[in-house]
Amino acid sequence: MQTDLLQEARRQVEICNACRYCEGYCSVFPALHQERFFSDANLTQLANLCHNCRGCYYACQYTAPHEFDLNLPKALAEVRQDSWESFAWPAPLARRFQKSGVMIALTTILAFALLFLAFRTLGAAGGVGFYAVLSHSAMVAIFLPAFLFPLASIAVSLRRYWQETDGKPVTPSQIVDAFGSAAKMKNLAGGHGDGCNFEDEDRFSQARRHAHQAVMYGFLLCFASTSAGTILHYVFDMPAPYPLWSLPKLLGIPGGILMVIGTVMLASLKLKADRSLGAPSAWGGEMGFILLLFLVALSGLLLYALGSTAAMPALLAIHLGSVLSFFLLTPYTKMAHGFYRLAALVRDEQRKSAG
Amino acid sequence: MTSQYDIAIIGGGNAALCAAMTAAEKGAKVVILETAPKAYRGGNSRHTRNFRCMHSAPLGPLVDGYGEHEYFDDLLKVTGGKTDETLARLAIRTSEECLPWMEEHGVRFQPSLSGTLSLARTNAFFMGGGKSLVNAYYRTAEKLGVSVLYEANVTNLELDRDRITRIDYTHEGEAKHLEPSAVIVASGGFQADTEWLTRAWGPAAKNFLIRGTPYNRGVVLADLLGQGVQSVGDPTQCHAVAIDGRAPKFDGGIVTRLDCVPFSIVVNKEADRFYDEGEDVWPKRYAIWGRLVANQPDQIGYVIIDSKSLELFMPSVFPPIKADTLEELAGKMGLPEANLVETVKTFNAACGDTSGFHPTELDGVKTSGINIPKTNWARPIDEPPFYGYSLRTGVTFTYLGLKVDENAQCSTESGPIQNLWAAGEIMAGSILGQGYLAGFGMTIGTVFGRIAGREAANHAN
Repeated sequence: MQTDLLQEARRQVEICNACRYCEGYCSVFPALHQERFFSDANLTQLANLCHNCRGCYYACQYTAPHEFDLNLPKALAEVRQDSWESFAWPAPLARRFQKSGVMIALTTILAFALLFLAFRTLGAAGGVGFYAVLSHSAMVAIFLPAFLFPLASIAVSLRRYWQETDGKPVTPSQIVDAFGSAAKMKNLAGGHGDGCNFEDEDRFSQARRHAHQAVMYGFLLCFASTSAGTILHYVFDMPAPYPLWSLPKLLGIPGGILMVIGTVMLASLKLKADRSLGAPSAWGGEMGFILLLFLVALSGLLLYALGSTAAMPALLAIHLGSVLSFFLLTPYTKMAHGFYRLAALVRDEQRKSAG
Repeated sequence: MTSQYDIAIIGGGNAALCAAMTAAEKGAKVVILETAPKAYRGGNSRHTRNFRCMHSAPLGPLVDGYGEHEYFDDLLKVTGGKTDETLARLAIRTSEECLPWMEEHGVRFQPSLSGTLSLARTNAFFMGGGKSLVNAYYRTAEKLGVSVLYEANVTNLELDRDRITRIDYTHEGEAKHLEPSAVIVASGGFQADTEWLTRAWGPAAKNFLIRGTPYNRGVVLADLLGQGVQSVGDPTQCHAVAIDGRAPKFDGGIVTRLDCVPFSIVVNKEADRFYDEGEDVWPKRYAIWGRLVANQPDQIGYVIIDSKSLELFMPSVFPPIKADTLEELAGKMGLPEANLVETVKTFNAACGDTSGFHPTELDGVKTSGINIPKTNWARPIDEPPFYGYSLRTGVTFTYLGLKVDENAQCSTESGPIQNLWAAGEIMAGSILGQGYLAGFGMTIGTVFGRIAGREAANHAN
């Protein structure tokens, strides 16, 4: 990891530790105030615990032009970004994508092309519905590795994170508490419940918290929808397409709508927010990732709406292509933050229970 | 010329904002003239962290109860009786209704901070500290239609017999004036004016650091005193504590405090000790050390501890100077080597049984047989590495201010000024004749800010 980023974060948290005014905002400060000297591992954990709510920045009496020049959300965002790059496997891929929206777009377009090519060369092999464009077995042949590879990659990264931060064996209650915090996005509530500072300087608002939850729950619903479809296909021998009153649709349609709304909100909030309070170099990659999620959700909804029209094959290629790109890039885009964040929350529960 | 504003408020900190919101809620058109740029708005309020509040039962973040009697007793202890009892009791009694009012106007509280558990009953901590309170109040004030001018430097209030008739100020490089029907001054003390401080204190004041805003230069205070507005408080005195000598000249705030004196020996630039470092627990002694250091050559002191004491106190902003031997430490700190070694040797030899050492209470572990004893926590300085901090006098605020009555109204010898009120640090000398009680400055500012806002709005209507 980059020592200059760590050194700057260390300088800042030592000032925070002498002040402590922000203790109630989020999980970062109680964890910070428990230390006296900050190892690289401490800083990595604090950085991944930080949700970038920015409450501490706007409350801080030591931000520029003060000579102490504190900007903790930025310092932690840069360490966090750097830590993801250093934990990612294989590492060269991570460096390419995390900071570059252009690279994400190129991958997505390549994925479209791959799907179109697959439609041409592999074809239907006698299927109906979507499978008339590409056979089920061809889809599985493409998507199974595209799903398993990122999971393996993330597993390697999390193991590295856990070793770096000296994580202990995990107990069920730690998992419950960490997931509970994520489920309510407690760390974007500002401690007082008024939300975070993002789109309008020091005004507290729930906008970002709600937008994030729309995307997160929307994504989980879509994931559940796909899982339900897989189970119906293999266990109950009920292949797609599914009618409206079926589990995949009942989960997938609201999920897709939530994701579309959430990603549009996140992108618009991100355009209003001050870029210098995050990792400026990662802005393009983050925005690219939001747009990719938007594309996944929108193309999925359109595919449902226009599935019986002539537009279907093209929409299917776009949807499957964006999903493929999303899967493959999961370990190397902002998507990885969800895994690291949960790991940091579990690690923080361990700190709390150790007293 | 008639002004477009009913009320002009000079200053942009807690007291000014409380006055502005109160007056605006009563329908007055209010303008705030803040001398600082937006980034530094809020005066000393931006460095505060809590509000001392009377309460008969648990209230918001406050546990148990804290009654008027106990609160007033605490005030008497720190001021040595130098207070105006009527005003003090007014501030104390009104503090209880202020807390919910503050919440209604956007302030959020948090549980007592780690390291400050002793204040959990008496002081309500602002979530994010004073700057977040200031931010919330500016948002609320602007919603209420209050206008705010930053970098508006008021130079003169024209006093004509018993009325302020005009405010002269500069803004965006131009001389301007206002003629509001009422004026509230809430522009703090004069501690940032080093020349004035030097006149009051003597040349030593040049070496003082100012813990808070560089914008409290006392321009309006001097202007009003020059026109015969009645004053209160000792003009030669300021509240000063010992802080890290490496702190910036202004605005170092909370992080420059050093809590290690009770576990140390403190020497002057000749490497001689000059006072009992273990006289009492630090919260009760930190204020006298500002004065003690101010009386030493070059107004500087040096705290020396050894490794066994390093983690007994709150971390501060700058890491200590570290050395493996006392000679090396003396070299790094610019102290005479031989004398530092000698001073430590003499001190160490005077230490006795240290088995009763207890860092958080008066433990009676004391020295014997030396001229300047250490009466608690006296353990030899003998376990390397050794650590040192420099100490300087850090001025919090000045006591000289405007005398006010229960309505926060100012006066001259011939009686009340019909349209001038004062709130906050500029009148706190009425209640705090000396000493300081944590969180009481914000109480005075909130209580008298609201009174001044109410009275000024009544006058304007």
